[in-house]
Amino acid sequence: MKTCLIVDDSRVIRKVARQIFEAIGYVCEDAENGQVALDACKAKLPDFILLDWNMPVMNGMEFLHALRQLPGGDRPSVVFCTTENDLGHIQEAMGAGANEYIMKPFDADIIRGKLEQLGLIEN
Amino acid sequence: MKPEDFELFSTLVKQRSGLVLTPEKAYLLESRLFPVARKHSLKSLEDMAQSLRARREETLMFDITEAMTTNESFFFRDQKPFTLFQKTLLPRLLTARAAKKQIRIWSAAASSGQEAYSLAMICAEEAAKLQGWKIDIIGTDLSREMVTRAKTGIYSQFEVQRGLPVTHLVKYFQQIAGDKWQIKDNIRQMVQFREGNLLTDFGVAGPFDIVFCRNVLIYFDLPTKTRVLAAINGVMPPDGFLVLGGAETVLGVSDAFKIVTGEHGLYVGASFDVAQLAATK
Ligand SMILES: C[S@@+](CC[C@H](N)C(=O)[O-])C[C@H]1O[C@@H](n2cnc3c(N)ncnc32)[C@H](O)[C@@H]1O
Repeated sequence: MKTCLIVDDSRVIRKVARQIFEAIGYVCEDAENGQVALDACKAKLPDFILLDWNMPVMNGMEFLHALRQLPGGDRPSVVFCTTENDLGHIQEAMGAGANEYIMKPFDADIIRGKLEQLGLIEN
Repeated sequence: MKPEDFELFSTLVKQRSGLVLTPEKAYLLESRLFPVARKHSLKSLEDMAQSLRARREETLMFDITEAMTTNESFFFRDQKPFTLFQKTLLPRLLTARAAKKQIRIWSAAASSGQEAYSLAMICAEEAAKLQGWKIDIIGTDLSREMVTRAKTGIYSQFEVQRGLPVTHLVKYFQQIAGDKWQIKDNIRQMVQFREGNLLTDFGVAGPFDIVFCRNVLIYFDLPTKTRVLAAINGVMPPDGFLVLGGAETVLGVSDAFKIVTGEHGLYVGASFDVAQLAATK
């Protein structure tokens, strides 16, 4: 079974995202900031990470850089999911090694579509 | 709504677009036609029916029909047909049309243009192979509003995230406002959009080597499907390709086309030798 880590400082978003991923058949964990997420990744790398940008303690970009330095840290697919919706942020994220990018608000269709494109689920 | 008014509206819509409205859809009819009545300064749907009985005014009939169309679409919808286009159909036509160096593609019932632009983006990705080729991509739709939208190539933040990889967003779109994105001119210029009705003259002249006609036949009754498929066959060369939506088929509907085993959604003319296709792969 595929595993997913949801990183967002909003409890509501974590809950909504979890429902979507569990419906697809993922086993989910969540984290309220980049530091908590990084500790979780050091313990065990998930297959997929849904990542907010602006968070206290450690933001999404800092987390992504740290993740990609970990042994095997290049493996998880990372999809940013943020209110930052300008071209500059998208390019910065992709340049830093994100695999996809979602601009909030999102819905189940958008998430499913992105997972299909990444080859993580069949359509 | 009075049964005779429902009958009047549904007959009109069926005749003009092919769309079949069953009485359970009366609520849909009401919610969609109310704004049309408003626009024409009619107080109720009953008044609108009365007015139509008195005079069959073209603009009113047009607006009623347009309002009843379902225009949902998204980029790279279902993904597989687009992979098929890129990996199988395009290579096959690059061989078959090598003398003419021209391929004509029709997105029939194009709605707001996502399908046609998805095909254009694939052609842009394959630009190296298409050097010196003329690729025509034409989108048609019954709905004037959709054709106008498609031509602008402007989509909401929501629309550009449904089915479109972010790499394509970055490469082929420009952000024109916080949550509005417009397809870039080089892609927009590859596609033409026109009003056209599948039940009449299509609004475009063939021949078309590839026809995408997806998620529109599902709204038609059997005789209409058969008729439209025959007419589409009439604007395709014997070695052309037809792509239908996931819930559509020619089986039991039309002898003009046959299925291609193993390629869901792909159909070829009855006389086409499918082995040729396998040879390209
Ligand atoms: C659900 S959309 C499909 C859009 C696109 N092909 C796709 O699959 O995403 C159906 C479209 O068919 C158009 N349509 C319905 N009846 C039609 C007709 N008789 N001739 C041309 N277009 C028609 C509607 O206006 C609508 O935009």
